[in-house]
Amino acid sequence: MKVKVDSERCQGHARCAALAPELFALDAFGNAREVGDGTVPAALADKAYLAKANCPEFAIEVDDA
Amino acid sequence: MSTRPPVDDWASDFDHLDPRWIEDPYPIWDALRAQCPIAHTQRYRGVYFPSRFADVRAVAYDTEHFSSRRIMVRDTPPPRIPAPPITSDPPRHGPEKKLLLPAFTPDAIKRHEPRVRDICRALIDRFADGGGCDAAADYAQEIPVRAIAVMLGVPEEDGALFRRWIHEMLELGITDPAAAMRGLTASQRYFAAEMEKRRTEPRDDLITHLATAEIDGKPVDPDRLIAMMRLLLVAGIDTTWSAIGACFWHLAQHPEDRRRLVAEPQLIPTAVEEFLRAYAPVTMARDVVKETTINGCPFKPGEMVLLSFPAANRDPAMFPDADRVVIDRKENRHAAFGLGIHRCIGSNLARMEIAVALQEWLPRIPDFRLDPAATVTWSEGTVRGPRRLPLLFG
Repeated sequence: MKVKVDSERCQGHARCAALAPELFALDAFGNAREVGDGTVPAALADKAYLAKANCPEFAIEVDDA
Repeated sequence: MSTRPPVDDWASDFDHLDPRWIEDPYPIWDALRAQCPIAHTQRYRGVYFPSRFADVRAVAYDTEHFSSRRIMVRDTPPPRIPAPPITSDPPRHGPEKKLLLPAFTPDAIKRHEPRVRDICRALIDRFADGGGCDAAADYAQEIPVRAIAVMLGVPEEDGALFRRWIHEMLELGITDPAAAMRGLTASQRYFAAEMEKRRTEPRDDLITHLATAEIDGKPVDPDRLIAMMRLLLVAGIDTTWSAIGACFWHLAQHPEDRRRLVAEPQLIPTAVEEFLRAYAPVTMARDVVKETTINGCPFKPGEMVLLSFPAANRDPAMFPDADRVVIDRKENRHAAFGLGIHRCIGSNLARMEIAVALQEWLPRIPDFRLDPAATVTWSEGTVRGPRRLPLLFG
């Protein structure tokens, strides 16, 4: 399972980093990116979906293939 | 204000300064969303009002047809009060916003949290032993002016000046352009003097950061910088004041929510998001600069759009039980801080202030209710919040 932030859509609401700091980090301007290659440990799957569901810009994708 | 004819059809003749809209807009918006999701009025030289989340979002994302050069809806063309980057369009908007963003990241804001906590405690000390207070005037109003003063690096007492200028520019200015000019000129002089001081004596504050700022390696026009500082006042004070006030207005009437937050303070950040959704204070506006169509509705150049994030946040197509305040709502994609490139730059500051205001108050004054002998009043215009909120303690 992986998460990805669409940097074109992200406007820095910072909800993902607040809800799932293990999976999302903010840059110097407050815009989000996934931590590392975005791999989600099984224990954090709920947090990945929570972050996605709270992004006002629909900028987060969760790939659970 | 009383000279305006009363509204009898909200869909074709709405008036956002009508006393009924100011008092309780939600039933009006719910009805519009169901019957006429993009309302229009001939008042104020022509204004559209989308009430669905999807349409508000579409306008917010479309900077080609909808400009931010005018963000006030007025009877007569108001004096232009630039407050970049909120009043900027691409391509100018991006670099201006980038100048401010690093000072407003969650980590940067966290540095100011202890001071804001002290501010809240000192305010509560003033009234905690009495039987009640006006939570809008004595508490909510005082927190953001002081927090902005802390960030700018000016004395907290100057907050009183800031409040006067905002009142002149945003509230009196709706009907009195001379008042708007007074606030504009006074704030201009104040910030010019503060910038000058920091050119010779730099400090670790936001005014110094801006006074020495560059875009593309070139110094920024001082008038533009002063306008940015004005933005921090215009956008950072009565907005957060309104948001904090609305939390207390809700909790004064919902003892079950209040008790739960007293017992489970770790729920406060989640509850803050829900208060922001349900009582979002800020409605923005856009200037239609090119004809376009959204959701089947033509938008004509020269008219304005009221961009109601508060109405979007009550759209049942986006939020189940949209009209209920659910303080532990898990999925909350609310748009209280706007959508698209103009996302509120101060969102992390506002969230911190609101959470701290609750965290400091609730353990000290866990029981409070509206004073049945007094009246709650609400602001007029496009920032909605309680302006008088008399509470009784115990």
